[in-house]
Amino acid sequence: MEVEEATTSTTGGGDTTDRAFSTAHSGALYRFKQQNLPAWRPALTPGSVITIFLVMGFFFIPMGLVCLHASESVVEIAYRYDVDCVPESYKNDKVAYIKDSSVSKNCTRRIRVDKYMKAPIFVYYELDNFYQNHRRYVKSRNDKQLLYGLKQQDIGSCDPVQTANGLPILPCGLIAWSLFNDSFNFARRTEPLKLNRKNISWQSDREHKFGKDVYPFNFQNGSLIGGGSLDPKVPLSEQEDLIVWMRTAALPKFRKLYGVIEVDLDANDVVSIHIANNYNTYSFGGRKRVILTTSKWLGAGKNSFLGLAYLVTGASSLLLSILFALIHVRNPRPHGHST
Amino acid sequence: MKRFVYINDDSYQDLYCDNHISNTKYTLLNFLPKNLWEQFSRFMNQYFLLIACLQLWSLITPVNPASTWGPLIFIFAVSATKEAWDDYNRYVSDRQANCKAVWVVKNGVRRNIQAQEIRVGNIVWLRENEEVPCDLVVIGTSDPQGICYVETTALDGETDLKTRVVPLSCVGLDSEQLCKIKGVIECPNPDKDIRRFDANMRLFPPFIDNDTCPLSINNTLLQSCYLRNTEWACGVAVYTGNETKLGMSRGIPEPKLTAVDAMIDKLTGAIFLFQISIVIVLGFAGNIWKDTESRKQWYVAYADEDPWYEFIIIPLRFELLCSIMIPISIKVSLDFVKSLYAKFIDWDEEMFDQETNTPSHAANTAISEDLGQVEYILTDKTGTLTENKMIFRKCCINGTYYGSESGDALKDTQLLNAVTGNESPVIRFLLIMTLCNTVIPVQSKTGDITYKSQSQDEDALVNAAACLHMVLVSKNGSTVGIIYNGQRMLYEVLDILEFTSDRKRMSVVVKDCQTGSILLLTKGADESVFPCSYRGQQIRVYVDAVEQYAQLGLRTLCLAWRELREDEYSKWSKLFKEANSSLIDREWKVADVCQRLEHDLEILGVTAIEDRLQSGVPETIEMLRRSGINFWMLTGDKQSTAIQIALLCNFISSEPKGQLLHINGNTEDEVGRSLERVLLTMKITSSEPKDLAFVVDGWALEIILTHYKEAFTELAVVSRTAICCRVTPSQKAQLVQLLKSCDYRTLAIGDGGNDVRMIQQADIGVGISGREGLQAARAADYSIGKFRFLKRLILVHGRYSYNRTAFLSQYSFYKSLMICFIQILFSFLSGIAGTSLFNSVSLMAYNVFYTSIPVLTSVLDKDLSEKTVMQNPQILIYCQAGRLLNPSTFAGWFGRSLYHALVVFLITIHAYANEKSEMEELSMVALSGAIWLQAFVVTLEFNSFTFVQVLAIWGNFFAFYAINFIISSIPSAGMYTIMFRLSRDPAYWITMFLITGVGMGPILALKYFRYTYHPSAINMLQKAERSRGPIYSLANLESQLRPVEKDVAQFVSNTPKMRNPVYEPLLSDSPSGTRRSSLPSAFDIFQSAQSRLSLSHARNIKDN
Repeated sequence: MEVEEATTSTTGGGDTTDRAFSTAHSGALYRFKQQNLPAWRPALTPGSVITIFLVMGFFFIPMGLVCLHASESVVEIAYRYDVDCVPESYKNDKVAYIKDSSVSKNCTRRIRVDKYMKAPIFVYYELDNFYQNHRRYVKSRNDKQLLYGLKQQDIGSCDPVQTANGLPILPCGLIAWSLFNDSFNFARRTEPLKLNRKNISWQSDREHKFGKDVYPFNFQNGSLIGGGSLDPKVPLSEQEDLIVWMRTAALPKFRKLYGVIEVDLDANDVVSIHIANNYNTYSFGGRKRVILTTSKWLGAGKNSFLGLAYLVTGASSLLLSILFALIHVRNPRPHGHST
Repeated sequence: MKRFVYINDDSYQDLYCDNHISNTKYTLLNFLPKNLWEQFSRFMNQYFLLIACLQLWSLITPVNPASTWGPLIFIFAVSATKEAWDDYNRYVSDRQANCKAVWVVKNGVRRNIQAQEIRVGNIVWLRENEEVPCDLVVIGTSDPQGICYVETTALDGETDLKTRVVPLSCVGLDSEQLCKIKGVIECPNPDKDIRRFDANMRLFPPFIDNDTCPLSINNTLLQSCYLRNTEWACGVAVYTGNETKLGMSRGIPEPKLTAVDAMIDKLTGAIFLFQISIVIVLGFAGNIWKDTESRKQWYVAYADEDPWYEFIIIPLRFELLCSIMIPISIKVSLDFVKSLYAKFIDWDEEMFDQETNTPSHAANTAISEDLGQVEYILTDKTGTLTENKMIFRKCCINGTYYGSESGDALKDTQLLNAVTGNESPVIRFLLIMTLCNTVIPVQSKTGDITYKSQSQDEDALVNAAACLHMVLVSKNGSTVGIIYNGQRMLYEVLDILEFTSDRKRMSVVVKDCQTGSILLLTKGADESVFPCSYRGQQIRVYVDAVEQYAQLGLRTLCLAWRELREDEYSKWSKLFKEANSSLIDREWKVADVCQRLEHDLEILGVTAIEDRLQSGVPETIEMLRRSGINFWMLTGDKQSTAIQIALLCNFISSEPKGQLLHINGNTEDEVGRSLERVLLTMKITSSEPKDLAFVVDGWALEIILTHYKEAFTELAVVSRTAICCRVTPSQKAQLVQLLKSCDYRTLAIGDGGNDVRMIQQADIGVGISGREGLQAARAADYSIGKFRFLKRLILVHGRYSYNRTAFLSQYSFYKSLMICFIQILFSFLSGIAGTSLFNSVSLMAYNVFYTSIPVLTSVLDKDLSEKTVMQNPQILIYCQAGRLLNPSTFAGWFGRSLYHALVVFLITIHAYANEKSEMEELSMVALSGAIWLQAFVVTLEFNSFTFVQVLAIWGNFFAFYAINFIISSIPSAGMYTIMFRLSRDPAYWITMFLITGVGMGPILALKYFRYTYHPSAINMLQKAERSRGPIYSLANLESQLRPVEKDVAQFVSNTPKMRNPVYEPLLSDSPSGTRRSSLPSAFDIFQSAQSRLSLSHARNIKDN
């Protein structure tokens, strides 16, 4: 690539001698007006293009390896419980099971830890085929109400969950109404594992999005009960499950933080999970998982996509640069000549 | 319809409007509704309004209505403000004119009032150098003969002084009497013809009783003219306010639409159809999904009972989601760059004419792209190709040739001897040169005499006569003073038989004050004067002389005279007065009467005047022809002169390289046969490398245009060069119309009033601000000082403008489509319910800010340097054939937007899956990815980078982050803390690099591959330019351009107007037909739209 100054072409028949233009004869403004600003004109020479792809390859492949290593060193245990926790008698009609309040929803499962997991171990619940991004759903909330409480009168955006028994619902809207209400408890052998459920939501949300003196009101009092209910004595800013839930996911498969286990787990440890399987995903075929995972700089949970994509991209770039170099060597076309 | 103006009579004044001038389009009250109405008459605006209104329905709107209303109101406000500002300026200048103090006679006394209070019938008093406030009939001047002079520059652009005279019945009235004068003027209703005023005046007693006095344009002072060289003048207001000739001729010219604009409109239409089909498909799918899946999803809580309009809600949501496919910013961007193109033309120093100190000017700021797509140039000859600086060179008097040897008759001793020898034919010859004209001598204080004349020819003749010792010294009314050999002679001009383009001659009747004899002096074109010669005169020698002079490219005029008998004159004079006072068909009647006097003339000789070629004309024509532009010369001159000039300026080549085919004949049959013969020859020889041209004269052309239009159109298509001589202004316009109807882009260039119609008719009108006044330059879209600037105007300004607009418009669609595709892809993951991935602020800013500003700097982009373009004008073919903006190039951008949308979306949802898939974060990641790609796409597509471009691209990139950091620090914003969280996350940056790499890699590779192994001619020149190697020799490129052209022709075969410079008749072309096959639906639209195009194109030609 080369830098070249645009040169004035004297095409006017050679009479472009001095003339009293009001502006100065040099200076950026003058040259701009004459469309004659100094310009850099890069060219797609074989050398430059091959170099670009080579550099891309040499950047992407190591980066890919680093990313892959990061995601590979994450230890993740995912356990799908929505099917397992249904008693045999209800296997054919899971919806009836979840709707029957007389049936106990508790179930306990054991999982084995394959590899050593260093604290903190994050506990997520994962929902699949759950459209938190559905237009009707994602709009059905009122941020002002969450912050200011009942002072916020206009909660039209919360349709169709605005009022119950003639009183406004707080927090209103479909999102809050469908609050996830499964719960998890962990124990290693018989000794319960301490699960830290504080600070699982965004600090900014607790401080600026959910009111400190706003208490749930008239929540889940309507004819239709959605998901979980809230303790009316705890202000919204401390209802961290709600805060997490209200951060709607953009994809139909998503994980939300449930808590953090602050002790290491050794390989071959058996962890028993006590699940309260309350949340209805059976009616629309949603799946539920509980996830235990360690975290790396690239993120919590195994996600080797970035690493693999970097490797593939880097390899393709290298290939392209080799290909172009080969074509260029076999079929050299110096500038200005083509057959 | 007539109007009766009662002079100085207050009781009739209220019949007509007062002199309040109003050029404003709006009033304070109607501005808003009228302006809105005008803006909403455009399709794009209607579309945006509909979208904005739909967005008010919160049930369907995916984003905040402000994201559309904001830009819409902004755009409207900008347009409205511009209009308002223009209108305000008009109002201010109107008020200035309206409030100017003028002297008007009221109740017999002169009083000072405001100009707007003048009523029809008032007598207005003017002093020297004052502007005329309304159309007046002059009734008195300071000159005892009743003469005054006006400058009509503001009206017709002519800078010479014109004589205006007081009507006969008012001559000699003193100012006292003028204040009391009463009478009636009978005149036509207001019209815009500034050359005609056919009226009568009758004064009431005690003035001359019941004698109707004819009035013509010579008795008027028209609004906006200036009174010059006259102490005072007064006149009766006949037309006032907006009903003056000037006011009536002020019209809004039809806006011209460029080919590029038309193409953009077509693409917009295609996108609109595409959008509608997307909406229908997704709306349908969304409703099905809703009924099958969403009903089961209890958390969405659909009601069991739907309102009746439920089925339409999802399609409407998608309509709104897809509405950004048609970018709201494109109109503003295009307007902005277009006005900058125009400014570049105004600023260009290389198109500054130093001789006359005039810069080039783009009056029409909207059509610069068309300059790059010109296919036909129709040029006037005199003043356009030539300098219009007439010099008397040769003459033939009484059979003797003067000036043949020296080339300058004024230095021919033989002629000088004849003058001093008082040879009577020579004297008469000089007398005609001096008297038969409308030149006004102006004597300065030092005693020098300068001449003011409307015609350069007359000026040359009078000056030549002065050199030959016959000096025109004064014109006082009808008395003309001449000093011949130191001896003063007086002549009284009795009548002037004016020149018209139909008569092609003018005569004066003068009375020799010395002898009392009455003479008719005539000068004119040979074919109009020779038939008037007396029977028996040997005109052979003059015919030869005319022929010989024309061969040399000189303009000839024949001079003739006759002595009139007293009774013959007085009889004729009566008829002439009658004809002159007729209100209907005056021009025709006058011409008829003139003919009765102009017969049995004695031809005295022929003058030959040289009109030199402007400098650089041959090179300019040569260069523009090499760039594939066809030239037609339309001139009022005679055939041989025209051919001579054409040869001189490379217009045609002489044998054996070129061949000139004549179409002639006097009758319909002859012309028809001649035309067929020429057409046949053209077709046969079109394979030979021979420059063929045809010549046709006005007479044959008239027959052809009425009877053989079809054959002539065919000829026009196959012929690269044509010369049309002796054509009238309306024929010029007809020829332009004919070429336009064949779907050619035409450029008409001319300098005189006779070119105005052609200039207005053509796609692009270029006026040369020359000696024949500014009339052409005023009517034109572009005015330049010299013909040679045309090559720079077309090759540099036109070509760059086309390239830049082609890029800008396609890019605008590309970036809107891309964001739209992301939204559509997202809808598949959100239950086809029409959720918007992006929030309102981001969407709006993306469209009107992040992606609009960097690309505006494409106005500085240059694919090739000016020098290279000038050396290789063939490269213009890319613009002419529309190869940079057509459905096929657009399909490329369309594909790129789809690819980039997929890249951004797929990488984002995979990198930000599971626990990271938070709505706001994911949306910001996708938006950032889009912004990163945009920065690189623009960088890759620009060819040259000035600091402005670098600043715009990367400044914008950093501004994106700055703005989002700011928004992220506002607690109430939905995006609160998002950008901070993301920028701390290494995965975000890794994702950005991945998107850029995957998005740009293939595009770079493809571009490089094409550039290196499949280069277009532009690429080849770029390579040559950048390697600083030897620039291609012309032959070298020529041979390379052709095969490449063929490749490109296949590639972009759906350009509707594919033509090689080797002109095959267009009837055979429809390459697109073969390409219609298994293309996806999106492309189908283009295909069908385009095949419609080629169909209509073919039909066009057949129709003609």
